[in-house]
Amino acid sequence: MSLAEPIRLLLFLAGLLAFVGLNAAWLVWVERKSAGRFQRRPGPTEVGYEGLLQPVADGLKIISKQLNVPPNSDALLLRLAPTMVLAPAMMCLATIPFSETLAARNINVGLVMVFAFGSINVLALMLAGWASRNKYAIISAARVVSQDVAYEVPMFLVVITMLMITGTMDLRQIVEQQAGGFWRWNLFKVWLNPLMPVTFVVYFTCMLAETNRAPFDMAEAESELVAGAFTEYASFSWGLFFMAEYANLVVGCAVGTILFLGGWDSPLGVLPGLFWFGLKLYLLMFAVMWVRWTFPRTQFYNLLNLSWKILIPISLIILVITSVMMKLF
Amino acid sequence: MEGSASTLGVAVGAEPRETFVINVGPQHPATHGVLRLKLTMDGEYVTRAEPVPGYIHRMHEKMGENRPYAKFLPNTSRIDYLSAMHYTHAFVGAVERAARLAPPPRAEYIRVITSELNRIASHLVWFGAYLLDLGGFTPLLYAWADRERILDLLEGITGSRLTYCYYRFGGLCNDVDNEFIKGAKDFVIHMRPRLDMYRRLVTDNIILRKRLEGIGHISQETCRKYGATGPVLRGSGVPYDVRKIEPYSVYPELDFAVPVFPQGDCMARYLVRMEEMRQSLRIIEQALDKLPGGPVQAKAPRVLKLPAGDFCCAVEAARGRFAVRLVSDGGEIPYRVKLRTPSFSNLSLFEEASAGLMLPDALALLGSLDLVIPDIDR
Repeated sequence: MSLAEPIRLLLFLAGLLAFVGLNAAWLVWVERKSAGRFQRRPGPTEVGYEGLLQPVADGLKIISKQLNVPPNSDALLLRLAPTMVLAPAMMCLATIPFSETLAARNINVGLVMVFAFGSINVLALMLAGWASRNKYAIISAARVVSQDVAYEVPMFLVVITMLMITGTMDLRQIVEQQAGGFWRWNLFKVWLNPLMPVTFVVYFTCMLAETNRAPFDMAEAESELVAGAFTEYASFSWGLFFMAEYANLVVGCAVGTILFLGGWDSPLGVLPGLFWFGLKLYLLMFAVMWVRWTFPRTQFYNLLNLSWKILIPISLIILVITSVMMKLF
Repeated sequence: MEGSASTLGVAVGAEPRETFVINVGPQHPATHGVLRLKLTMDGEYVTRAEPVPGYIHRMHEKMGENRPYAKFLPNTSRIDYLSAMHYTHAFVGAVERAARLAPPPRAEYIRVITSELNRIASHLVWFGAYLLDLGGFTPLLYAWADRERILDLLEGITGSRLTYCYYRFGGLCNDVDNEFIKGAKDFVIHMRPRLDMYRRLVTDNIILRKRLEGIGHISQETCRKYGATGPVLRGSGVPYDVRKIEPYSVYPELDFAVPVFPQGDCMARYLVRMEEMRQSLRIIEQALDKLPGGPVQAKAPRVLKLPAGDFCCAVEAARGRFAVRLVSDGGEIPYRVKLRTPSFSNLSLFEEASAGLMLPDALALLGSLDLVIPDIDR
């Protein structure tokens, strides 16, 4: 490392900010384009080639809007909430190893840190709903809390299972253990846990619910709650929520890639690790969008039932089976 | 957000639960128009739902009472803009009964074909919008693509895409061409696999089934009490269809079933409408095969004066029974025009049926009633 540590960190911070912003902007483009294809229409086409500059136009539009703070709201918390929802997502990204060499900070308890900061998301959304002093927003805030608490339980059970297999919380080491061919990826380690694909599905479902994405988008539910917790937000404070949603999605998919799909490990042995990490990450992201534009929204108690009655028992069974298998073999 | 003592959590069993009022509409994504619902909520549960109609009241009845019959005809298609054909059919039918005008058979068959096409278009709009209410975006666009074919077909013969004024007293304003007949036949062939696709993509989806089955129950008793008709009534297990009970036009000569589902939940109403589209296709197919030749307009007087009396005609519109009652005193202008619209009765039961539901379920129930707001206010 030729650069001094503070400069390196500063560069990474700027890089991460740019990555989060640009990534969110063009993921919106990808989402709109793919939604268009699913719905047999072209999606954005006007601004730039194939609408590629549409995110720039959208961003300028959002920035130019009035930053409105409703008179009855709690102005401080209302302003604070968008920052609180974006900052933890950025902190999580700092520990993600995107390739062998590209990681802002390698922490030996990276996995714990990702989930610790990821949980702040709930608090921020709840504050956003509460500070708005809007009935739709408060209903939405209440939903977010019960939903995210419910889904953190099976999520952590799955993560504990993975921890038992990897034996480390260092994200870099987790990937390095899986290096050398796709049969070494955790997803295919069925001799340690015969239900490994199920484990992955449980993780993916919980991630959808944690990030409030369709079909679990109870928080926004625009046909019931107008815009849910974000009803009173305008201009770029709303834009920050939007960016945070995609940033959280990137974190969720990146952790999924690292835990199950071997991180930057190449299945073919060609092309750099960054490419493979990006490919796996964005394939997962695409699956998320696919789900969103195909399925209707679930009902709230079905959502909670799914967590407490189905996912938690399944992940407990997985945990027990894995520990037994590891003891036996 | 009153900071009263009761919010401090002093648990007194006899004290009524704290409720709040939430306004759904007149501008709300779930109401599809300017309907306002005042929901008294206990947490997420609806304790009382009070519909506040009237935001788009246009005095259609009064307008009918101060102009000649022919000049009121275009108004009827604006009442329920999604099933305009049925509404003009009822008004034309009432006038024909009074004036003893018999439209030629070809006109009657074309009326049935266009009415059923209109019914499918209306149900497709409901299907897309309902899925949108339930958070599924994509089916809307698929339904729109299919509906577009119907609109193009009807535009070709009527000149308009939504508010048709195609039926005339004693016939139709113009005959259909070969292009329309071929287009309608093609549409029937095109639509059947699409309905199967909708079943695989949407109806059989476990999320949708869990969302609709057993939700928003409406009993037969409630339907009777509020005069609910159409798919709402048939979804509660009553085989009431004006086309069968009070046959009009050439419906008795055509073979079709009245889909009835006894469960009375949102899913039953959903299935009734999906099945009705299939039956409408059957009707269109048969009517196209039987379509006779001849004129499409009977001889009608230039200045229409109805004999004094009380005349009524009801049709099965996409949302239920639509009836026109004309009271004539023998002049050119009716003494009284009464419009019986299905959406109004179907909305009336919402307050009773939605009590105790959670907010998303209440909105699923609202969507399953398939309300068109101008049809409520008229």
